[in-house]
Amino acid sequence: MATDVGGLTATTTGVTVRNLHRSFNRSGGVLNGLDLDIAPGEFVALIGRSGSGKSTLLRALAGLDRDVQGYGRISVPEQVSVVFQDSRLLPWKRLLANVTFGLDGKDAAERGLRALTEVGLAGRESAWPAELSGGQQQRAALARSLVREPQLLLADEPFGALDALTRLQMHELLRKLCAVHRPAVLLVTHDVDEAIVLADRVILLDGGVVATDVRIDLAQRSQADPGFAGLRHQLLDALGATGEHLGSDFIAPGQRRVS
Amino acid sequence: MTSTALDRTVVAEEPTRDDVRVLRRQLGPGPRIRFAFWIGPALLLAIWVVGSLTGFIAPQVLTAPWDVVKEFGDQWSNHDLLGNITASLRRVVYGLTLGTAAGFALALLSGLSRLGEAVIDGPIQIKRAIPTLALIPLFVAWFGIGEQMKIITIALISMIPIYINTHNGLRGIDGRYAELAETLDIGRGTFLRHVVLPGALPGFLLGLRFAVTSAMLGLVVVEQYNSLSGIGHMMTLAQEYGQTSVIVVGLVLYGLYGFLADAAVRLVERKALSWRRTLEG
Repeated sequence: MATDVGGLTATTTGVTVRNLHRSFNRSGGVLNGLDLDIAPGEFVALIGRSGSGKSTLLRALAGLDRDVQGYGRISVPEQVSVVFQDSRLLPWKRLLANVTFGLDGKDAAERGLRALTEVGLAGRESAWPAELSGGQQQRAALARSLVREPQLLLADEPFGALDALTRLQMHELLRKLCAVHRPAVLLVTHDVDEAIVLADRVILLDGGVVATDVRIDLAQRSQADPGFAGLRHQLLDALGATGEHLGSDFIAPGQRRVS
Repeated sequence: MTSTALDRTVVAEEPTRDDVRVLRRQLGPGPRIRFAFWIGPALLLAIWVVGSLTGFIAPQVLTAPWDVVKEFGDQWSNHDLLGNITASLRRVVYGLTLGTAAGFALALLSGLSRLGEAVIDGPIQIKRAIPTLALIPLFVAWFGIGEQMKIITIALISMIPIYINTHNGLRGIDGRYAELAETLDIGRGTFLRHVVLPGALPGFLLGLRFAVTSAMLGLVVVEQYNSLSGIGHMMTLAQEYGQTSVIVVGLVLYGLYGFLADAAVRLVERKALSWRRTLEG
């Protein structure tokens, strides 16, 4: 089994994407010959403007793009877990059953309980999902992906719907869990700060390919680091979010776009 | 300094416990009433009793409640009322069970496979447009006037609401749950048992409530057809002899059946859907 961490094959499988093309209609592709490598245990944050193909890439890696046109080569580890923006807990299952859903084996419940403890939800295993707050639901979703010991964790804006304080707590939690479990991570986010604080590497999609690929070598993972502002500016600039790039897309209130 | 000043004001204001609120006009139904379920039927019974007592409801129009009770006793001891009740009950239970099983199976087939939908859904909609009661003459020709015809009619009439509501519930399951199940590498059987069935359960139970009522309707009609037993048989005889009180006994029994059956389904609903009740509060 590939979950055998001691085996050579398991530790060397990362993510390899070569010449990936995906398009939803004839007029133009969302991904146009994208190449990407993620090493085992590497934390990669994926940013880009809306419509740049972040989610398309993530869904391709998750194996959820059956009906999308395109071609290219993808190789991912055997054990892949996905965390969505919404927690997707089944409302008719109690928390523990949600976390262990699809697991078999006698120790499933025990592993589920351990995972719930890891994300700080010990004692809530028999709660209904509807009784939890948004942050708790997302933590349960995290527990559900980690209980499978993934070699690759795909996260599609997992903290996008959370408030700022909860989001900071989740950053801390995710970083801790990744340090323990060492999965390769691909985190899709629209938050540049989040990307810099969490990831080993930030890549930016533009025009359907990787436009920018930055390694984050900050001494301390916070905005207090002197290098933070520079990185932040560099990435925002590449995103076209700083002043001079607003250009034609920017419409002042009351104006109408002439097309 | 500032804190002592604050403390003083707090102490000064503490004895008053004024409750000054700015409240909006309430537009929702408000909090639940206890035993609300029984209020309507009890009111109906009260009107009947008072109407009969005051003579507002003439006995020729509607027998007084106490006469109905007396008639009930007479039927029980002299005319095998229990036998009639069990005969009717058996027809409803057999018909409803058959109809529920068929409706549920067809809804699963049609809801989970495109081919199934193509084959099943159309005929069901056609069947839905033809009132089952209009088919009784045909069923009499096919199955005779015995129990078989009666049970099949009740089964068919209760199958439709089960099918429609289960199918609707199935298709209403969020597609994102299917996607989640795919990412968890879950087999078809597990998916069916843990995602599809619980997701379709609210629809199925709603269908069951409709089906119970439909089955009663079917029962009333088929029992007018040459029955030798059952509540309908008792009422048909009473009609011939002009015994209004017996007819009312039958009506009360039918009403009681329906009311209790609905209450039973609701109880199951409350137990099985407790995960949803947490939302209702």
